[in-house]
Amino acid sequence: MRPLTFRKLFFQCLLLAVILFFVVILALKFGAVPVSLYALGRDLLRVLLGQSSQISSDYGLIIQNIRFPRILLAIIVGASLSVAGTSFQALLRNPLADPYVLGVSYGAAVTAVLGLVAEPHLALPPALAALFTPLCAFIGAVATITAVYFLGRRQGQIESNTLLLGGVITGYFLSAIIVFLLSTVNSSNTRGMVFWLMGNLSTSFQKSVYWFLAAGFLVATGVIYASANDLNILLSGEKEAMHLGVDVRRVRFVVYVAASLLTGLAVSVSGAIGYVGLIVPHIIRLIFGSDHRTLLPTSALGGAIAMVIADTLARIVVAPNELPVGAVTAVVGAPLFIYLLRRRLA
Amino acid sequence: MSPGRSSAAPRAPLESTRVGTEVRLAVEQVSYAYSANPSQAPLFTLEATSFQARPGEIVAILGPNASGKSTLMQLIAGVLSPLSGRILLNGFVIHSLSPRTRAQRIAMVQQESRLLFPARVWEFVMQGRHAHGRSLRFESHTDMQIVQDALLHVSASHLSDRLMDQISGGEKQRVILARALAQQPLLLLLDEPTLHLDIAAQVGLLDALRRLSARYRYTVIVVTHELNLAAEYADQVLLMQSGRCLRVGPPAAIYQRELLEQVFQIPLRVEMRGHGRPRVTILADS
Repeated sequence: MRPLTFRKLFFQCLLLAVILFFVVILALKFGAVPVSLYALGRDLLRVLLGQSSQISSDYGLIIQNIRFPRILLAIIVGASLSVAGTSFQALLRNPLADPYVLGVSYGAAVTAVLGLVAEPHLALPPALAALFTPLCAFIGAVATITAVYFLGRRQGQIESNTLLLGGVITGYFLSAIIVFLLSTVNSSNTRGMVFWLMGNLSTSFQKSVYWFLAAGFLVATGVIYASANDLNILLSGEKEAMHLGVDVRRVRFVVYVAASLLTGLAVSVSGAIGYVGLIVPHIIRLIFGSDHRTLLPTSALGGAIAMVIADTLARIVVAPNELPVGAVTAVVGAPLFIYLLRRRLA
Repeated sequence: MSPGRSSAAPRAPLESTRVGTEVRLAVEQVSYAYSANPSQAPLFTLEATSFQARPGEIVAILGPNASGKSTLMQLIAGVLSPLSGRILLNGFVIHSLSPRTRAQRIAMVQQESRLLFPARVWEFVMQGRHAHGRSLRFESHTDMQIVQDALLHVSASHLSDRLMDQISGGEKQRVILARALAQQPLLLLLDEPTLHLDIAAQVGLLDALRRLSARYRYTVIVVTHELNLAAEYADQVLLMQSGRCLRVGPPAAIYQRELLEQVFQIPLRVEMRGHGRPRVTILADS
């Protein structure tokens, strides 16, 4: 009997944070233009000392204005998708659930595209205009998870395989709608098809968008984390959880909304990146166990690490060209998904 | 099976000195109806049922399949709310308590659903402490002590660090009971706890139940198909048939040949044994 203590949790997170730090350094170093670790260290020191002006301008431009914002985006998107995946897995009691597999990412993408098309015609105040697309994506995510949830329900019980199949088919349907929308509406504001269908982290945004994403991530993850113990018990089934004192309806509602928000935020800035929310929580579970008090924060860090690595690979594998990051995560994720599916059926 | 230390014993209610005089659970004219669709006639109804149970008492609910045993159990657990009537636990209406408060007073033992991810036995039993703590917290020393004692009470201490999917059916059933004990309830509900258990394990489980209910004044309600085990262990028997409660009373009064034959649709013989408990023999089809 060795129960979880705060100390243990802290060191687990610290370990992952250190790994994330080194991964970020390497991600800054690698790319179309090589940067030496020495130069990176020197520039980092200068930034810390408040002497950013001494950084040579082209290095500064690449590191500060191109690579760093992109890594930041990868961190937030990876962490959001992992936390959303972990939450869906617990709520649906299905270890194969993930925003992408369930079609939720595509649902968010459909409404995000619609939002982008509609936004110029709405004459919104600029503060609201920046939030409009993420908000649309959130609504799409909530609508899709609701639809898939009811598709997977039979006689009041969630049926795992029906649910997964329902999610996959919904995803196909929605991706067809995305293709249709992007083919018919030729708005200058919409990004390409590959962006929405495969995911891409190369778009750069205004500074306020990063703050908004980070704040949304922290709030939604905090809300889910407050139910960590309830989620642990939900794993034994909704009926049992009720008998053990979990307010199942409240927890389900709150966590669905928060996980959909995370998915919507991630999709609105990066498109539908697959499998991260599936694979990362699984690997984390193998290492740290399935207690959500540990699983949620470590998955968030793990998702950030995985996404930074995937995006770095996407940048350097076919340099100077780029792969969409979703292609990298799918190449690694899909075989792992099949492995997990086979193992579960066995 | 040795009794646990009293330091972290499950809550010993004040009323334990006044053995079984006051009513703990009162089921008053409770009815229920299931229907797939509100506009249609109900598929199943539970007609007005009443009975009372005292601290330390074991009540067995008997009846053939689809007689309403499990529905009654869900109503007592507060998961379903009755169509009419009310169920009181120490004077409080059960289904209007919050899930947390309810879980502090009522524990349910049923066939457990398959676990999604492997859990250790002690982690599983620790779930019983959920309703007693804040949502986001770490297990306290007291929780650990209560879990250890609960495992001790069902003689499963040695299983503590094993994985739930690596223990036998009988061991698992005892661990599920331990989780219910860790809830420190007033009311212990068991839905066919002896299903899939061999005879020795069945008797072991019920012996443990009787000892625990005598010691900690749990009121135990158990749904079962085992006529003889109910006769041996129950203080009261509730006999049900197609949504109606036919009789309530001590086994000796309920176990009458004609009545049981009519309810269970099988020829049988009832004999009264020396200690006043009946025994049922099913007669082979002749």
